[in-house]
Parts: sequence; C-alpha cells; structure tokens
Amino acid sequence: MKRNLPLFFAFFCGILVIVSEFIPHRPFSMLIDTLQNWFMIISGFAIILGQISLFQSNLSKIKQKESGWIFYLAGLLSFCLMLIVGLLWGTQETGGIFGHGLKLQASLGAKPFDYLFDFAYMPLSATMFSLLAFFIASAAYRAFIIRSFESNLLMITAVIVILGRTSFGGMLTAWVPESYKFWQLPNLSDFIMEFPNSAAQRAIMISAALGIIGSSLRIILGIERSYLGSDK
Amino acid sequence: MSHFMSVLGLWMSVFFTFSIFSFLYKDNPFYKLAEQIFVGLSAAYWLVYLFYSIMLPNLFTKLISDFRGNIILLIPAVLGLMMLMRIIPKTQWLSRFPIAIMIGTSAGISMVRYAKSDLLSQISATMINPFAGETTSIVIGNFLLIIGTICGVYYFYFSKKQEGISAVPSKIGIWFLMISFGASFGYTVMARVSLLIGRLEFLLKDWLHIIN
Amino acid sequence: MSVVNSSQTERRIVFLILLVAVALPLIFPIGWKTGVTNYTKMVWELVESTPDSSVVIFSFDYDPSTMTELQPMAEAMLDHAFSRHQKVLVTALWPQGMQMADQAIKVVKAYHPDITYGQDYVFMGYKVAGIVAIQAMGKDMEQVFPADQSGTKYKDIPMLREVKTLKDVAYVNSLSSGTPGIKEWVMAARDVYHTPVTGGTTAVSAPGLIPYVNSQKQLYGLLGGLKAASEYETLINRVGSATVKMDAQSVAHLLILLFIAAGNIKALRARKRRAS
Repeated sequence: MKRNLPLFFAFFCGILVIVSEFIPHRPFSMLIDTLQNWFMIISGFAIILGQISLFQSNLSKIKQKESGWIFYLAGLLSFCLMLIVGLLWGTQETGGIFGHGLKLQASLGAKPFDYLFDFAYMPLSATMFSLLAFFIASAAYRAFIIRSFESNLLMITAVIVILGRTSFGGMLTAWVPESYKFWQLPNLSDFIMEFPNSAAQRAIMISAALGIIGSSLRIILGIERSYLGSDK
Repeated sequence: MSHFMSVLGLWMSVFFTFSIFSFLYKDNPFYKLAEQIFVGLSAAYWLVYLFYSIMLPNLFTKLISDFRGNIILLIPAVLGLMMLMRIIPKTQWLSRFPIAIMIGTSAGISMVRYAKSDLLSQISATMINPFAGETTSIVIGNFLLIIGTICGVYYFYFSKKQEGISAVPSKIGIWFLMISFGASFGYTVMARVSLLIGRLEFLLKDWLHIIN
Repeated sequence: MSVVNSSQTERRIVFLILLVAVALPLIFPIGWKTGVTNYTKMVWELVESTPDSSVVIFSFDYDPSTMTELQPMAEAMLDHAFSRHQKVLVTALWPQGMQMADQAIKVVKAYHPDITYGQDYVFMGYKVAGIVAIQAMGKDMEQVFPADQSGTKYKDIPMLREVKTLKDVAYVNSLSSGTPGIKEWVMAARDVYHTPVTGGTTAVSAPGLIPYVNSQKQLYGLLGGLKAASEYETLINRVGSATVKMDAQSVAHLLILLFIAAGNIKALRARKRRAS
C-alpha cells in the first residue's frame, strides 16, 4: 500500500489530465477542475514543507555550532522577524492579525513587512545578482578565446549581437547606405536572433519536448518512481 | 520619525549592497552575513505571501465562510498535512500520496502542453513557405530557419556514430547551435550589465545624490 | 603562488574597470539614441490595437534581482495600457511580483492620477503552481482568484464583472525572468484558450523565447532586456528609466568587447611563446 497506492494515484492523475485534454466535457472537465484547485492548495503545503526544512537545517547547524553558525543564526532571526511582522501587520493591502498597523506605518513610512522588503530584501537580491556582471566581464577576458571554426562562429555572433544591442552599434554603421541596410549592426543582430538563433533554439525546444514527453510517460506508467524515495 | 526611518532604511540598503559587493575582493564575514539574511528574508517572504494569497483565500476563508459548501476542500487540506508529515521520519511515507498526486498531475500537464506548444506548434511554425518573405533577406532567413531546425534536431536525435554524408547535417546543426550560443552570450552580457547599472544607479542617485 | 596572485590581481583590475565604465556614463550621460526593433513594435501594436475598456492581465513574474530590466518595461506598458483606457488585472506567478507591481503602479499613477483601484486596476495577488493556475483561470477565474489582495470578493470588483474565464481577457502580458513566466502563459493561455500573450523578459532569457514569436502567433512580440524597454519608452514618447541607462549599457558592451580582444591577444601571445 505504501508504494503501490501512490503509484496508482500518479497514474490516475496523469491519465485524467491527458483524457480531459481530448474529452473536455463532464465528468472529465469537472474532475480536472477539482484536481487543479487541489493541486494549488497542495503546492502551498509543499512550499511550507520546504521552508520548514530550511528552518530545521539552520537550527541544527546552530545547535551543533558548525563553522559559521553565527551567520545561520542571523539568517534564522531575519526569517523569524520577516515572518512575524508579515503575519502581525500584513503586507501591501492585506491586513494581518493586528490589522494594518496604522501607527507603525506612520512611523516607518510603510508596513514593517514592506519596509523590510524595500530596504533589506530588495538591495540584497538585486546586488547578489549584479555580481554576475563582474564575473561575465572576467569570463570575457579569460575564457572567450578563439580555438576552432565553431568558436569563431560563436565569437563573431557574440560580437555582432553585443554591438547590435547598443545605441553605439547603430551609430557605428549608420553610414551604410539604405539599400544595404541589412548590414547595419542592429539589423544584422535582429536577423541573427530571428532566423539562425530561432532555428537552433527551436531544435533545442523540439528535442527537449520529446524528452519531457518521454519522461512524463515513464512517471505516469510507474516506470520512473524515484520520487517516492526509499522504503527505509 | 518616518523621515528618520527612511534614512535608516537607506543606510541599511547601502550596507547590504556593499556587503555583497565585498565578495568581489574575497569571501568575508560581511558577505556571509548578508547572504544568510537574504536567505532568511526570502524564505519568510515566500511563506507570508503564500499564506495571504493562497492558503487564506483559496482554503481557509472558503472553509470558514461556507464549511458545508466547501467541505470537499478538506481533502486537499488533509493531503497537504500529509505532505508536512515528511518532517517526521516515522510518518514520512504518508507524504508519498500528495507527492504522487502532484507528480502525476504535473507529468500529465507537461506531456500535453509540451506536445502542443514545443513540439507540434514549433514544427508547424517551421513548415513555412520560404519564398513567402517580402525581402531577399527574409527569404534567406526562412531557408536558414528550416535548415537550422532540421539539422539541429538531427544532431540531437541521431546520436549513433556519424561518418561521411550522414555527418553533414550534424555538423550544420552544430554551427547553428554555436551561432545561437554566441547570440545568447551577447544577450547574457546585456542582462548582467543591466543589473549592475541598477545597483550603481541606486548608489549614485538614492544614496550619494550625484545623479538626478 | 605568484601565478595565482597575478591572476587574482588581473581579475580585480577587470572588476574595477567595469565599475568605472558603468558609473561614468550614469554621471555624465552621452545621450545616444536607440532604434526600435520589430519585436518591440509587435508588442506595442497589440496594446495599441486592443479596444478601450478591455480587461487585460499583467503578470509580474519576476523579483528584485531583475528589476532593472523588467521594471521599466512594466512601467512603460502599464502607462500605455492606461492611456488606452484598458483595465488591468494584476497578478504574479512569483511571490515578489506583487511588490514589483505595487511599485510600478505608484510610478505610473504620476502620469495617470485619475485611475482608481477596482475600476481601472486590481491586485489579485500571487498564485502558486504556475501552469496549473493558468489552466484553472481558463475554466473559472473566480475559482483561482476568490478575492483580491484586500479581501474584496471577485464578484464585487466592478471591472471584473464580465470576466468569467481567460477567454474574456483581451491579452496577457507576462513580465518574466524565468519559470513560471512567459513560457507557461504561452502554453496554457495562448495554446489552450487562444488568449493573445505578449510580454517582456530579461535579455538572458530572450533567445530561448524568440521561437514562440512565429507564424502561429504563440507570442505577440517580445521585449528582451533593457534595450527593448528603452525602445518601448521611445514608442510611447517617454524618457523613462530604461532610456537613461542605455548609455551605460552601451559603454559596458564596448568594454566587454575590449576585454574579449585583450584576452585573445594574450592567449595568442602565450601560444606563440609556447611554440617557440
């Protein structure tokens, strides 16, 4: 029961979705509507599970005083702070347990949750990803080296696109006569994106779709069952 | 008070910005602190929004306002609780049921959606009349689109050793992929630089007031 | 050890040059102009040709990490939609999207002070489960959005009275930086319910989404990155936040090309040295 019943559930749900695609009428339409609504709610619990497990993992690192435990403690405290203010006073238009906290809003200029979002979460998130600009510049200098015909193709395309997607690229080839405007960098860059790039990305898309269809079938038919975990 | 708090908030943002940037020199405690705070805030943010946008309107409010009319919602609620049982080793097996429902549904949806959007529609979009273009460049482009797609799929799907004439489409497929990767690199440069511009704009405009 | 040190120093010099190269055009703008590409024009045309008073969906499927690219698009497109008197249902497949939407609406309200909540726009909140939520919208919007963010019931929101399913929506505009995002909207909204889908994405995701802009009209145009955002601002005759950043973007691109050239010269020299 512990293994076969879940496998049957997966089979039933998968088949139901597929059948309802071809017979979009009662009872299948009704069943699929219900399943979709349930799916959203269960997904919510799945996210809660993820957050609890993150909390547990941080807590155990702190308990065992692993190296850098003080940072995990800071992470845990910030988690608790954001969660508590969010539940107590809500966010944006949504009120919390204590309503909208108008007095707090007046002194902070925003709800505590939104204040933390604006002044802590937003700069942290935006800066974290802006680091990638430095790493790509370093990669351009150290790793983008011509070695073969294929790498030449890659390099030439990259140069055209990098130049074509700037205001400068347009100016650089603005002198090209109107009858040859295809050779202006922005147009050349657009052509590459619209045709050769599309062709390659479409090939990837078609191939990946075939792969996804195959692996979905394996799951529905119960051949792929690793998501159930072990029996131990 | 409000002004003081917004100034404090601004300095907090600056502190976090520099803490993250300090990683460019080398890994250090400021970066580690900022990183963990980010993880903590991010997780809590998700949880709070999940509660207000999903759990409350789609489950709890419905059950509280009209329990009899929505009694069927107890099933996903119980399944959700079974999902949480994964935390306790002894009851872990209970989580298999909701996971199986989610995986089965996702597999079914992926299968039909990818078959329609990424397989059939893409094949239809490739089966075009190449001569239908208004200009020579579009006609050439249409040919490239058809040849590139077919050769790309050939490269991915005929993985047995290719020699002689049978290796030609694969080779052409690789060329198209290289062109696409080059274009992707160009676009990646653009994306990453934009993110840096955003942070510098914050420092120069909101903090230092050097620019308007 | 010295090789490692010199490599580290080289890296830091690259970082420093990039930082200065991006900062200088922000402080001293050059004012380079940017042309408008076809894909941007297609997005603009869809918004422009949609009848007044139509209900449209703006899905904010991104977070602050990519806001530099996507926020200007959101502002420009909201501005355009409101100027065409379209009614905007705001939702998000990413939880952070709702905060981004709130900020964008605040900016756009400066140009359209007369827009009112519930009549011209409404915040329906974050929805989990991506493609499944979109499919469910195709059957019954009220089931997915029982209430707005402030708790007002779906049927009590004036602008949504006629909107029962996704089919009643004139178009969906997804501003997305990953999954779930444009791809899911195309798969579920366009390919199942035939609701036109358009959108904007980060430059890094754009090449992978371009095949959807095809003869099947799976996607009506696509805004890819900051340049496309500045093009859209040009089309609606507004000097927005993307346009002012394009100088810095252009200079940084030139610098990256210089880095590529310098790296190749260095590699070539090393190869020659080894050969000799």
